[in-house]
Amino acid sequence: MARLTLPSDEKTIRDLKVGDFVELSGRMITGRDAAHHWLLHGFREEVAPFMKDSVIYHVGPVVKKHEDGHYTFVAAGPTTSAREEPFQADVIGTYGLRGVIGKGGMGPKTLKGLAEHGAVYFHAVGGTAQVLAQAVVKVEQVFQLKEFGVPEALWVIQVKDFPVVVTMDSHGGSLHAEVEKASKAKLEQLLGLSA
Amino acid sequence: MLTREQWTEKFVDVIAHASSQLPPDVLAALERGRDAEAPGSLAAKALDSILTNVAMAKGGWQPICQDTGTPLVWIHHPVGTSTRMLTAAFEEAVRQATGKQLLRPNAVDPLTDKNTGHGQAPGIPSVHCEEWDEPGLEVRMILKGGGCENVGAQYSLPNTKLKADRDLDGVRRCILDAVAQAQGKGCAPGIIGACFGGDRGSGFLESKRQLLRRLDDTNPVPELAAMEKELYEQANQLGIGPMGFGGKTTVLGVKVGYLGRLPASYFVSVSYMCWANRRATAKFSPSGEVTWLD
Repeated sequence: MARLTLPSDEKTIRDLKVGDFVELSGRMITGRDAAHHWLLHGFREEVAPFMKDSVIYHVGPVVKKHEDGHYTFVAAGPTTSAREEPFQADVIGTYGLRGVIGKGGMGPKTLKGLAEHGAVYFHAVGGTAQVLAQAVVKVEQVFQLKEFGVPEALWVIQVKDFPVVVTMDSHGGSLHAEVEKASKAKLEQLLGLSA
Repeated sequence: MLTREQWTEKFVDVIAHASSQLPPDVLAALERGRDAEAPGSLAAKALDSILTNVAMAKGGWQPICQDTGTPLVWIHHPVGTSTRMLTAAFEEAVRQATGKQLLRPNAVDPLTDKNTGHGQAPGIPSVHCEEWDEPGLEVRMILKGGGCENVGAQYSLPNTKLKADRDLDGVRRCILDAVAQAQGKGCAPGIIGACFGGDRGSGFLESKRQLLRRLDDTNPVPELAAMEKELYEQANQLGIGPMGFGGKTTVLGVKVGYLGRLPASYFVSVSYMCWANRRATAKFSPSGEVTWLD
């Protein structure tokens, strides 16, 4: 299992290949549907430093606010990334992201963006909200909490040994495309649809 | 009979169970899946991580998944109990459970696009009350996440592309297609609830009610029992695997029910449930004493 510290750099990220297990440590930001819209409606200077050379995590966490005002993540597994397909490549390019963490994989536009900008797609195991919340060691700050609500806000977090698998790399490789092609061929065979 | 406030308290317990305690039959199916995958494969590692997560959630009474989903509940109640009272009690239970972080604030007003903040909105939770002749109450619920809800599908037969006619073979073709279209996006290995017949609304609801069934039960209709078995085997030949990483474990179970249909309509409604089939079943005596059935 490779270890990778965030923020990272282009060379390190381009060395990663589909199928690599990686444990991430360092600072990252969360963001999903509302965040991706917001990030592309003007350049958001306040969050840009937290994104440069780091990754955005597609997650809508359960968060506990403590009496002294600090937050902890109670449950924090990945959400479906496909919804960000129209925006992701542009968000990567605009903010200099080195990667995305999510589940379910993304499409051709993102895959092209990963190659162009030197970034990868990290797949976290969907539904493992406790395992992943435990890897979030600190919640540093939050943006757009009042406007977007808890799941959609942009949380700046510190993680330690956060487990992921590279399923789309910066060389055009996509495990999702491979599995989809093979499984749909099998479906056609099982249904007697192949010519 | 209990008061509304007392029922709310009981329902919060049921929600806590559903959110954090995965039913034993689902756990056993996940373990079987892990043992079937090649050691060291992406599929085996994903299932290992899932099993660790299930144990952590159980021990700490924490949400298995952060997407605590739509609470769908079916309540059997004795003659004379107010269904308005039970619905209100369950809605309040959802608000309280959200306040305790057993649920995520998971309800958005689509008009303003604002999260209501307390987990409740029109249609959320989805409460279905049915009278029965027993003196106590039975509560059966699932928490159904959004990722898996998004990959559900409905077919209107005949469907030329799938060579699906208006018969059981056509139903089978649609369900297998739905699994293939979902890929890993619904958090495979999934549990498939399906219904043929009904209208577009009732068909989907029945497909979700099928998810209340234990994975190791047998459909009382022999033709459907055979179809469930065949679909389970075929879906697991698709090679989608846990999370869509590839592998042998694509579904943990397939459950098929049916409703009457109009002569003109033949719908097949397929609901995909993620591996975290957060099901809870509790029976309450008239004095409120609980028996957990899941």
